Amino acid sequence: MSSTSPPETTSSRLDRGRVLTAQGLAWRADWVRLKTVELVEIAGSGHYSSVFSCAEIFAALYYRALRLDPKDPQWADRDRFLLGKGHAAIGVYPMLADLGFFPDDWLADYARVGSRFGDHPDMRKIPGIDFSSGSIGHNLSVGVGMALAARKQCRDFRTVVMIGDGELNEGQVWEAAMSAAAFDLGNLTVIVDENQMCLDGSVSAVMPVEPIVDKWRAFGWAVTEIDGHDPSSVIEALDALPATDSSVPTCVLAHTRKGAGVSFMDLSLHWHLGYLGEVDRADAEAEITARMEAGTSVPGGSR
Amino acid sequence: MTETTDPRPGLRDARSWNMETSLPLMYSFVHGEELADMADDRDDIMVLTADLATSNRTNDFQHRHPDRFVDLGIAEQNMTSVAAGLASAGFVPYISTFASFAALMCAEQIRTDLAYPQMKVRVLGHHSGISFGFYGTSHHATEDIAITRAIAGLTVVAPSDAASTRALLRATVDEPGPVYVRMGRGREKPIYDSPPEVSRGRFQLVREGVDLTIIATGIGVQGAVGAAGLLAAEGIEVRVLDALWLKPFDVDGVLAAMSETGGILTVEDHNVMGGLGSAVAEVIAESGGSTRFRRHGIQDEYALIGPPTHLWRHYGLDPAGIATRARALLGS
Repeated sequence: MSSTSPPETTSSRLDRGRVLTAQGLAWRADWVRLKTVELVEIAGSGHYSSVFSCAEIFAALYYRALRLDPKDPQWADRDRFLLGKGHAAIGVYPMLADLGFFPDDWLADYARVGSRFGDHPDMRKIPGIDFSSGSIGHNLSVGVGMALAARKQCRDFRTVVMIGDGELNEGQVWEAAMSAAAFDLGNLTVIVDENQMCLDGSVSAVMPVEPIVDKWRAFGWAVTEIDGHDPSSVIEALDALPATDSSVPTCVLAHTRKGAGVSFMDLSLHWHLGYLGEVDRADAEAEITARMEAGTSVPGGSR
Repeated sequence: MTETTDPRPGLRDARSWNMETSLPLMYSFVHGEELADMADDRDDIMVLTADLATSNRTNDFQHRHPDRFVDLGIAEQNMTSVAAGLASAGFVPYISTFASFAALMCAEQIRTDLAYPQMKVRVLGHHSGISFGFYGTSHHATEDIAITRAIAGLTVVAPSDAASTRALLRATVDEPGPVYVRMGRGREKPIYDSPPEVSRGRFQLVREGVDLTIIATGIGVQGAVGAAGLLAAEGIEVRVLDALWLKPFDVDGVLAAMSETGGILTVEDHNVMGGLGSAVAEVIAESGGSTRFRRHGIQDEYALIGPPTHLWRHYGLDPAGIATRARALLGS
């Protein structure tokens, strides 16, 4: 670029540490829940409860913690977010639209033939999706590669990977964990959405993963534990992530509840996948909107 | 946990459904029930899954034989090799997960731990093809026939409905090596009134005709039968063969179709490269003869997403789409 060219516009860039109050985060998380209910209605089936457990974390990442540029989704210095539990992508799409990655009306054909938007996120079709997922267990390895690339290219972007606690069953997660510590990737963060449930029941009954904290520490990671439904707790943990030139990768272990925010889904054994008919959808929406109007947040506590 | 008995806690709308209440929708997933029946008569059968007992109805087996059921959690590769260990000690393990994970993610475990050492493990790969619809490319499996056929010592079968699932499970239980069972999404309409008499390595004749042969597999059989009905109304009589066995393969069935009918159309919800069509093409090419021939399926691309039935229509795997290809092949 010649020196007489106008400076590249940075007006659409979103920096880390944007203003987002605890109450604002709680409202945004419930907005994510509401949008999820709306999108599942188009498809006729979906993973409501997998979004509900991490809605507060989604909101904190996209409206405060991540450095993004909605008008330049491929910006080389953007922070990366990878959703290992890809079946919760239905909660990410509305945020990407709201932030301006694509027009809101793109979502109207969710899950229809030829749509960009399916149950799992597709990087080839959706601006703002940094990597596709759907096969549980791959994304932390991809994140290691991105964080390693940042080091090789002397870039200061952060890579954040959210995975489920059931996902910890996959051996590849631990291969990735081992390599991240070996490569001193302090620019890599894994958020474990410990919502206590997998498809067949509770993680502790199907294939126990405890002690999670000890496991990550033993693999060379720093671990922070938070209540994933407490807005202040989520904000503090993400604000406290180490500098990207540090050498120890961070695990944020978020204690959450699958289905949190809609009482009949909260830690239910039956809601990995499903559909709400009109009456039940109205019940769920009423419960969510009541909190949004009252300015309250989902009750915390993991149990 | 909050509840264990009421499948619809807190729900008021009859249209609502959850995992528990969706199970009856998967009416052609009879493998859990059939294997439980088989396990009543022999003590070597085990069933394993990777956090999908509710999704693939292997919980039908779990309820009846809890001591011979193992849920490995979300760990498909571990499950495959664990099954090898069980088989080495005399068990006949049936492992079950989505076809995309069973055949693609675990391909190396299948080859190295099951096929080369000839372990009697049966791999149930369900939701094959594009039957996962809008769940996306990660969950589609349009490569699994190609991968599994290329593994020496692995038997490959593909039931097209509930009855043929029962028949193939019974027919392959004593195969000396491992078996890959390519299954749909559990909502396949009946092709057979009762479990057909299957013969190892032979196509199943579903409908007789002389003008054209359609060799189909999996969900393609439903479409082929429908297409044959449409074409019959136009005076075109179609032989429909159900490729229940993909390996060993029915060479004689292909040769007979070449000599006795006016052409061969293959139909599969799989990449035409390396799938059923390729297998038929191998036979035609090596026979030294010729016939009108087309491979109909996914044309070496990643499928769109969308509701499964809409996707099958989009890719011409429904009766009308198959009939169109048949007419084109016959030049009519």
